Amino acid sequence: MPETLTFYLLSALAIGASALVIGQRNPMYSVLMLIASFGALAGLYIQLDAPFVAVAQIIIYAGAIMVLFLFVVMLLNAPKEDGADWDQAHPLRLPPVTRLGSMLAVLLVVQLAWALMEANGIGGPVSGETGADTVSSVRQLGRVLFTDYVFAFEATSILILVAMVGAVMLARREGERS
Amino acid sequence: MIPLSHYLLVSAVLFAIGTTGVFLRRNLITILLSIEIMLNAVNLSFVAFGRQLGTVDGQIIVFFVMTVAAAEAAVGLAIVIGLYRHRESLNPDAFVSLKW
Repeated sequence: MPETLTFYLLSALAIGASALVIGQRNPMYSVLMLIASFGALAGLYIQLDAPFVAVAQIIIYAGAIMVLFLFVVMLLNAPKEDGADWDQAHPLRLPPVTRLGSMLAVLLVVQLAWALMEANGIGGPVSGETGADTVSSVRQLGRVLFTDYVFAFEATSILILVAMVGAVMLARREGERS
Repeated sequence: MIPLSHYLLVSAVLFAIGTTGVFLRRNLITILLSIEIMLNAVNLSFVAFGRQLGTVDGQIIVFFVMTVAAAEAAVGLAIVIGLYRHRESLNPDAFVSLKW
């Protein structure tokens, strides 16, 4: 079935690219791998009948946020993780301790998978009744966004304004008057 | 059709990968990228649950999560730039003192 095949392909791509984000020492490659992961997730959103979220994922995440990350990586020009002497001798860098983090993550996966096995009512196929018309889905999304969630929407605009002012203030050089 | 639990499992694996990155990496930018992975994992389960329940609320929450992620990335990267100016390093272990 092509649908199932697409799902597993996109999932494998998302998980593999995310693992490579963690596996890299060069943050430049990490950012590029994360863009690949976001593209795969956008494909999953399209499969879930959420075209607006998929397009927003591409435009906002892969387009805007990742370009910001790439810009900072290039601006700072510090590609490799620095392995200074005091860093190597740090007690948290000893081999058993560094394996603890990945062990905790594997434990988290096992726990979540176990919780998913135990949970009832999620074994059935994903099938909303809104499915048929995606254009009306976007229209419905906009209607709900500007009626039920209008307060959160306006609060979001305040948040973005504050974040913008904060970023400009933080990134400014000290002692600069302008 | 794909069961909902498969989407949730993919989401769980992605979240665990992000957690691992926050624990293991020694680079502030990679840690911020790991946080983005975790946010995306949560977004995936929101959309899957919204589809399952037949409402658009899940997609709206994802919209707000994306906005917050954009604000977080802007402020976080500004802080990273400020820290790098002080110490010439992106290693979080270089920033252990509250004042210098």
